[in-house]
Amino acid sequence: MHPNLQALLVFVQNWWVELVSGVVIVAVVPLITGYLVLMERKLMADMQARLGPMRVGPHGLLQPIADAVKLLIKEDIIPDNADRFVFWLAPVVSMTAALTAMGAIAFGPSFLVARDINVGLLFVIGVSSLGLFGIVLGGWASNSHYSIMGALRSTAQLVSYETAAGLALVSGLLLAGTLKIRAIVQMQESLGVWFVFLAPVAFFIYVVASIAETNRAPFDLPEAESELVAGYMTEYSGFRWACYFLGEYANMIVVGAVATTLFLGGWLRPFPNVHWMNWLDVLPALSIAAVGAYCVYRAGKQPARVQVWFMWGVALACLATALILAAPLYGPLSFLQPGLHGAFWFLLKISAYIYLFMWLRFTLPRYRFDQLMHLGWYILIPLAIVNVLAVGVAMILETEYGWNRWLALVVTTAFTLAAALFLLRLNDKRSATASSAAPPEEPTTEDSYAG
Amino acid sequence: MQDDAAQNQTLLGADELVLNMGPQHPSTHGVLRVKLKLDGERVRGTECVIGYLHRGVEKIAENRTYQQFAPYVDRMDYVAAVSNGLGYCEAVEKLLNVEAPPRAKVIRTIMTELQRIASHLIWLGTHALDIGALTPLFYCLREREEILKIFEKYCGARLTTHAFRIGGLQYETYDSFEKDVERFCKDFERRIQEYVDLLTGNSIWIGRTRNVGVLSAEDCIALGASGPVLRASGVKWDLRKAQPYAAYEQYKFEIPVGTNGDTYDRYMVRMEEMRQSRLICLQAIGNIPAGPIMGKVGKVLKPPAGEIYHSIEAPKGILGYYIVSDGTSQPYRVRIRPPSFINLQALDKMARGHLVADVVAIIGTLDIVLGEVDR
Repeated sequence: MHPNLQALLVFVQNWWVELVSGVVIVAVVPLITGYLVLMERKLMADMQARLGPMRVGPHGLLQPIADAVKLLIKEDIIPDNADRFVFWLAPVVSMTAALTAMGAIAFGPSFLVARDINVGLLFVIGVSSLGLFGIVLGGWASNSHYSIMGALRSTAQLVSYETAAGLALVSGLLLAGTLKIRAIVQMQESLGVWFVFLAPVAFFIYVVASIAETNRAPFDLPEAESELVAGYMTEYSGFRWACYFLGEYANMIVVGAVATTLFLGGWLRPFPNVHWMNWLDVLPALSIAAVGAYCVYRAGKQPARVQVWFMWGVALACLATALILAAPLYGPLSFLQPGLHGAFWFLLKISAYIYLFMWLRFTLPRYRFDQLMHLGWYILIPLAIVNVLAVGVAMILETEYGWNRWLALVVTTAFTLAAALFLLRLNDKRSATASSAAPPEEPTTEDSYAG
Repeated sequence: MQDDAAQNQTLLGADELVLNMGPQHPSTHGVLRVKLKLDGERVRGTECVIGYLHRGVEKIAENRTYQQFAPYVDRMDYVAAVSNGLGYCEAVEKLLNVEAPPRAKVIRTIMTELQRIASHLIWLGTHALDIGALTPLFYCLREREEILKIFEKYCGARLTTHAFRIGGLQYETYDSFEKDVERFCKDFERRIQEYVDLLTGNSIWIGRTRNVGVLSAEDCIALGASGPVLRASGVKWDLRKAQPYAAYEQYKFEIPVGTNGDTYDRYMVRMEEMRQSRLICLQAIGNIPAGPIMGKVGKVLKPPAGEIYHSIEAPKGILGYYIVSDGTSQPYRVRIRPPSFINLQALDKMARGHLVADVVAIIGTLDIVLGEVDR
């Protein structure tokens, strides 16, 4: 055998899990993203007293596919004065970063996408923040004012809020004592409590900062439609645009997964160690079966025969999934439980997290740029620092002075909240003295992009 | 715009960035083009380029009979077509020295107030959308739909209605007109609370609108601004009270005024105006006098030679018609004072020193309709 071929074989033998998961990520995440968009549009429609997509497939279930096909066959426009290579590169960077970060996430105790890296969480955060380069390069390469302004806003915003998010994660990591993704969840399992209850302020900071990091409303300034048209994506069309879009939604999944892992108990079901709560194990199968039953009920109401069939197909798929999820309840198959139910709970928690994002988007107006930076630098970052200190003090009180953990954490959290109140008061005073809008006669020396 | 050297000094010593906002831009409300001079994101000056929707409405008037021109005015402020029609019809009536019968006047008042609510709803929805709140727009459109349905049932058209005729009305109200209006008004009180819940106390909303685009009362008067823009600066000037027309004298209503003249005050003033319009409708709908709906006007209108100026309080401000007659059946000259065009002049004054995001909020708060700006 040719030595090169043999080397290839050895490589594949050693790394086939990673290779397969790579292929799966690239194949599956776009599909999930498409349906995430559909979910968002449907939710938005529901909250806005309208129907949302209803044309392609029953209740618009095939809309993501139609959108993907449309984007693929759209004309690909590159502006005349754009830097062609960078213009080509930027969306790829953005998408790759988001998809790579997904590789290190654990969907269950035995169901890890790629390797259990010993700096797992750091890897996820580091790689996903590389996506920023895609945004900056894309905005610069487009050679358009709107694009460059969107890119600049994005840079400032991401740099600021990643600091806050990182500090919030540090408080969680202090409790976990490890960066290994699997070990973080196992720690929560052995303690019997999700870290969100131990460090609620850190979780809150992370929620706010991760919304800003994924450029979602009310922090969607880089692509604020009513101001900058589409921000850094203004000049992009067709599949390049889709790459950005994909990266953005994949990023939402990533931050959701990080929050779930560190604060919401990862793949653990609620009350993981409480035996009389074991009936919760029935929930995964039951809820999916309920969705299937609803599809059966709706199938009869579809106007066209194709749609009836499609609805039945969805119903059958749901019921099959329910069966699979029910399988671990049968004694001999119970070894499947951690993997299957773990994935269910994990995805459920991510969905809830993303639902929160969407809900906020439909409800709140958008921050202005200087207000966003104020919130980041004057409130979130100081609060995150105080919180890290407080959690650290609580841990010392527990280990060195033998305090009860809950008592220690309640005291320090109260201290953090007092600090938050103080910061808010300070901020109110500051905005009361200096109006956000400087009068035109005296140009302000404050630089919105500082940071 | 002054272009002296001192003004061109930017914070970082770089060139000023000239950004073209529009004519195709999601939040310029049509085809307005604003040339922004930016230092980073701070606005150093603005310049409006208008005329993309110019159709020569005033010139068209010179080649149409008085009746023929009436539908054209609907196309100016197409968000408040009924108000435009009221102003024109009353102006010509004044020129002819005829008066619409009382029944027609009351129905006109009801329709115009409904139109005011509809116009303010469009303003609220798009203004909130510009500031980034997606949902209020759809709630506003939902309520506006009810008003448009009433218009459609009354005269067959929803947007450019041509609801009134010179001398009165062409159509008698339909059977359930009073019931429809009453139901809408009853319902609307609850609906308006939804917008209040979504926006009024929202700290982001307050942060985005307080102290943004401040206009003092003197500035307003100097610029000729009118309508809610003027009233938000504390000037209690509403033609419905100051020079009553239609049937406004008969009804009790308040004129809301603001204090700071900022975007938040304009928001509060318009919200209160919607409530007041609702009250006017409720007062009027209970007792519409019986009688004819058309005054004594001939088939061919030949007003005596002369000139007339008549203005009404349209949803966006003072809408005036100056008509010169030479005694023939066609006006010699029609000059229209559009509130949007004159309020738009305040943009530069309001936007200087603010950020790009505020420009969007300021364009929204001025409540301009480009059909009226360009005519």
